[in-house]
Amino acid sequence: MSNIPVDLKYAKTHEWVRVNDDGTVTVGISDSAQEQLGDMVFIEVPETGQSVAAEEACAVVESVKAASDVYAPIAGEIVEVNESLADSPETVNTDVYGKGWIFRISPSDMSELDELMDAETYESYLDSEAH
Amino acid sequence: MPFIPHTETDIRDMLGTIGASDTEELFDEIPPSLRMGELSGVPVGMTEQEISRLMHERADTDGRPLCFTGAGSYDHHIPAAVWEITTRGEFYSAYTPYQAEASQGTLQLLYEFQSMMAGLTGMEVSNASLYDGASALAEAVLMAVRANRKSKSRRILVPTTVHPHYRKTTRTIVKNQGIELVDVPYCSDGGNTVPDSLKHFEGEDISALVIQHPNFFGVLEEVDALTEWAHSQGALVIAVSNPTSLALLKPPGEWGEQGADIACGEGQPLGVPMAAGGPYFGYMCCRQALVRQMPGRIAGRTVDRDGRDGYALTLQAREQHIRRSKATSNICTNQGLMVTAATIYMALLGADGLANVARACHANTRALVDRLTENEYVKPFFNRPCFHETVLQFSLPLADVMRPLYAHNLLPGYDLSKDYPELGNALLVCATEVRSAADIELYADHLNRIIESQTAAGCPVQPKMA
Repeated sequence: MSNIPVDLKYAKTHEWVRVNDDGTVTVGISDSAQEQLGDMVFIEVPETGQSVAAEEACAVVESVKAASDVYAPIAGEIVEVNESLADSPETVNTDVYGKGWIFRISPSDMSELDELMDAETYESYLDSEAH
Repeated sequence: MPFIPHTETDIRDMLGTIGASDTEELFDEIPPSLRMGELSGVPVGMTEQEISRLMHERADTDGRPLCFTGAGSYDHHIPAAVWEITTRGEFYSAYTPYQAEASQGTLQLLYEFQSMMAGLTGMEVSNASLYDGASALAEAVLMAVRANRKSKSRRILVPTTVHPHYRKTTRTIVKNQGIELVDVPYCSDGGNTVPDSLKHFEGEDISALVIQHPNFFGVLEEVDALTEWAHSQGALVIAVSNPTSLALLKPPGEWGEQGADIACGEGQPLGVPMAAGGPYFGYMCCRQALVRQMPGRIAGRTVDRDGRDGYALTLQAREQHIRRSKATSNICTNQGLMVTAATIYMALLGADGLANVARACHANTRALVDRLTENEYVKPFFNRPCFHETVLQFSLPLADVMRPLYAHNLLPGYDLSKDYPELGNALLVCATEVRSAADIELYADHLNRIIESQTAAGCPVQPKMA
């Protein structure tokens, strides 16, 4: 059973989103996604200052099995990227909801967050995908 | 003899098992409008004896001429051992194997090839080869656009001293991907790309600069200044080099302060015979930092759980069988067999041997130029140093000189008038290490006689009057 924290939002493409106090959102991939992909070998992060559209591919997580795109769950500007992943991509496996975050977005429209799933919906979404 | 192992009975049994009445039924889901129907225009089959005779006849029309033409494909001595070993059953496959790790010998060979190419180019990593030199440049352009994330323009500066076929191939492959290739003209005195001529691009967003060195005219470019300029503008540098030349010239990895970012080119000079349309092979090397954007296969060395050396294909997660349309390349054919030959060729010659080949080519081309330009109608075109190829200017129509030379079973060089009409009667000539002093003498003798017969005042053979 994968870990799905209740205080986060989730995208259909398996990213998690945390809303920070300063109005930015932090994005990573879900526990289920990291489990499926296996041991991470490289994380390609976006450029700071880059503007992204919702559902635009802006990062790549590469494991021993596959290289997968990470999509921006919400439109906005990339304000920070997790540089430490360059040296320790395995953090995405070991601390997926903490130090394994990938980028931070300053959203252009916060209401887009309503489109994302809560933990309960994401859990049943994972169940439906498994069948 | 039929080469399909299934008998009529096998086929009926298989159809019966899945409940189909005939094999046509298996294709039912394809609408009739999309079906090819009968193939037309395909001639009737020939027997092995007939086809063998036809092919020998066609091969004989080549005439094995004395070759002074390079222009991207070079006539080098290939030690007999190269193809004797390459065509052994253990190596004789055009591809890297699909179950790659089961073929440790093949992977080790690819690893050795990569090590040699990285050494030759002075770069940190090499892939296991690409299709040919022209498509290697196209792949390098695509790679540079992916790798240069600071640049948004997708504009690539391509000097017109880059091989015309490479430019055409690259254009074909990248033109529908929103990439702009910008021509950079060459200097008509030196036949090179003058660093100052790039000044008017200064401050513009350029993704990469291509530098062919030696360039298509055989001329040496000012690689340090060009590389420095590109890097100062935030552009990557794509080097295109003849691998033989790298045994003598400063390798791309040492151009300017930081070296070129990607090095690629045609591998044919390394043990692959000249042939119309190949097969040849492309090579590609890069800086370690860019390796995840490099297309193609890469063999890596590792240890198994008992600590023994082993080889594995690496970075496969970026390849097309996993990443589909988002792969680093969807053309990344490599040329396993040609690479096998090249690896054995380089291993046999060694670094010193390859440098000797390069020196002999340079010396022979100089001797050829000196000898041919003794004739007042022939002059060197450019005043900059060359490697093993150079342009000669003729002060009479080139076609009239070339035709009789062909008739003497001699390939005098590559006529540049189609690709560079502004050069007039310009011939690109090359004398590799296999051209002897007698060969050069023969070329000069024929040429002098032909020129004399066409320029002598008054025709020596008086037309008969009726």
